[in-house]
Amino acid sequence: MNRIDQLFAKKQHNILNIYCTAGYPQLDDTLTVLETLQASGVDMIELGMPFSDPLADGPVIQDSSTQAIKNGMKLSVLFQQLAHFRNHISVPVILMGYLNPVLQYGIENFVKKCAEVGIDGLIIPDLPMAEYEAEYKSLFEQHNLHNIFLVTPETSEARIRKIDSISKGFIYAVSSSSTTGNNKSVDLQQAYFQKLEGMQLSNPVLVGFGIRDKATFTSACEHTNGAIIGTAFVQAIAQPGELSEKITSFVQNVRPIPQQA
Amino acid sequence: MNIAINTSGSAYHVDSKGYFGKFGGAYIPEMLYPNVEELQENYLRIMSEPSFQQEFEALLKDYVGRPSPLYYAKRLSGKYNTNIYLKREDLNHTGAHKVNNTIGQILLAKRLGKKRIIAETGAGQHGVATATVCALMGLECVVYMGKIDIQRQAPNVARMKMLGATVVPATSGSQTLKDATNEAIRDWINNPVDTHYIIGSVVGPHPYPDMVARFQSVISEEIRLQLQEKTGNPLPDYAIACVGGGSNAAGTFFHFMDEPSVKLVAVEAAGKGVDSGFSAATTVLGSLGVIHGSKTLLMQTDDGQIVEPHSISAGLDYPGVGPVHAHLFDSKRGIVMSATDDEALAAAYELTRLEGIIPALESSHALAKLKDINFKPSDVVVVCLSGRGDKDLETYIQHLK
Repeated sequence: MNRIDQLFAKKQHNILNIYCTAGYPQLDDTLTVLETLQASGVDMIELGMPFSDPLADGPVIQDSSTQAIKNGMKLSVLFQQLAHFRNHISVPVILMGYLNPVLQYGIENFVKKCAEVGIDGLIIPDLPMAEYEAEYKSLFEQHNLHNIFLVTPETSEARIRKIDSISKGFIYAVSSSSTTGNNKSVDLQQAYFQKLEGMQLSNPVLVGFGIRDKATFTSACEHTNGAIIGTAFVQAIAQPGELSEKITSFVQNVRPIPQQA
Repeated sequence: MNIAINTSGSAYHVDSKGYFGKFGGAYIPEMLYPNVEELQENYLRIMSEPSFQQEFEALLKDYVGRPSPLYYAKRLSGKYNTNIYLKREDLNHTGAHKVNNTIGQILLAKRLGKKRIIAETGAGQHGVATATVCALMGLECVVYMGKIDIQRQAPNVARMKMLGATVVPATSGSQTLKDATNEAIRDWINNPVDTHYIIGSVVGPHPYPDMVARFQSVISEEIRLQLQEKTGNPLPDYAIACVGGGSNAAGTFFHFMDEPSVKLVAVEAAGKGVDSGFSAATTVLGSLGVIHGSKTLLMQTDDGQIVEPHSISAGLDYPGVGPVHAHLFDSKRGIVMSATDDEALAAAYELTRLEGIIPALESSHALAKLKDINFKPSDVVVVCLSGRGDKDLETYIQHLK
């Protein structure tokens, strides 16, 4: 069973997914970030594959990508870093990135490598749904990789239903029509989250874009299964200080680890 | 007016799924989907409406000054022992072919009920052409321009501001055209309802490459009529144009693509030399990939990061090429050549001294290849003179010293 499905089978609320850019702040920080996030109690991790021209991202994530590329991060290096990560990391890990670097790596090779190291899902925002369905869906499924699709407040109900029908894992609900790192109010989007809730989709829904702290996380979780924090986390680990401490304290501020009974 | 002509059945025009051969498509994040779908579903319908065509035609005639002349360049023809005609897009209002597209797209945006216009620009020609039509129509205009290009192209920045546009510096990445395009796309993501994005070239997600080519197709529509009148034959032997993204070339080739006797010559910017590491010769140096929503040839590293190109001409300084040109190259229907910075400068001086016309640096790349093609004395050669050289005077004067 895919780790994303395992997670949702045992937990349906307040799922916390944290985004970080691979190879950032330093090239070899990738595993430290993953380990510390897991130890801090996050439910899922979205690992960014840096790209020179990330169209859906705001300046913070673009700058972290530029830095990661300068650090020497590329897909071949990332897969080396991830070669044995499943020995000590059990939370679901999703790779997020743009189509072009994946195309150059070769989609088949990429998918095989993801399965080999233990990746659970992919978010490739500029891979068109029709092309995925026609050319890659069976390949992804064969390797037990969930392709995660985005929906926005402008996405029609018919298209949401279509996306739901070919999705596995969860649906990524973009909180407002925006790039990442904007500060449009999450509260104003409650009607949109309620609409998604009312549609009774077959997949869980996680909210992303604009989630940055405890208040926005709690608000986003009200009508959905959880939320994804990216920009605020990238900003937090860019501050001076010891990396693991910054990560632990960021996650604690958003969602303290519940006291064990 | 043939902007809405049916091109189905052509091997070189866009197909029903938005591809030119294996190039094109719409590789966009979900946030852009409603806007792009709205355009895909409506552009041909709107462009074929008689009222749209009348308004477009009237503005091209009385505002832009079309048809632009097809000028027989006698002394240039003498030098190369053939018959060279210059399509004088440099005489258009705002000084280049770019305005054909911005007029078309703003009329389209109005019919779609949009209130706000955004655009990217490199050298500033498309930014000026967009700011111009926004002033004409009374619409808000925001132009994204690389921070480095803003410093390099001060006169065009001043023109845009005088026209009432807001010029926003793109400070991400390499701070040039590629990044200005990223920023414009991000603006569109953040303003999904009231905003239309006027892309300046035959790039971007479907339908932009076809839509922009159609608005620019007035160039070859006029060439056919003008050649018929001047030579008794609507077809030239050669149609030559420079290619960055490739909008003037797409317009120059549009009505000749399915005429196999017409050789289509696209001239890319070789910069300091194709193998110098400072070049924008995309078809030679590029490989298949996705840039700005389109699958095409682009300059990239082995691991798929997009590479910053170089050309003396800011208008050709783009790491990709329109999918129509990638397909013309790939299918061998088109001939792709490249001209270095130095060749372009020499060609600009040659045209200026032989014909009294100062061309834009972009257009000079097309002119630079006249010396490298073995024309017959009877050949009819059309070169698209896509813009005038006023904006490049500083570069030209430095070269003179």
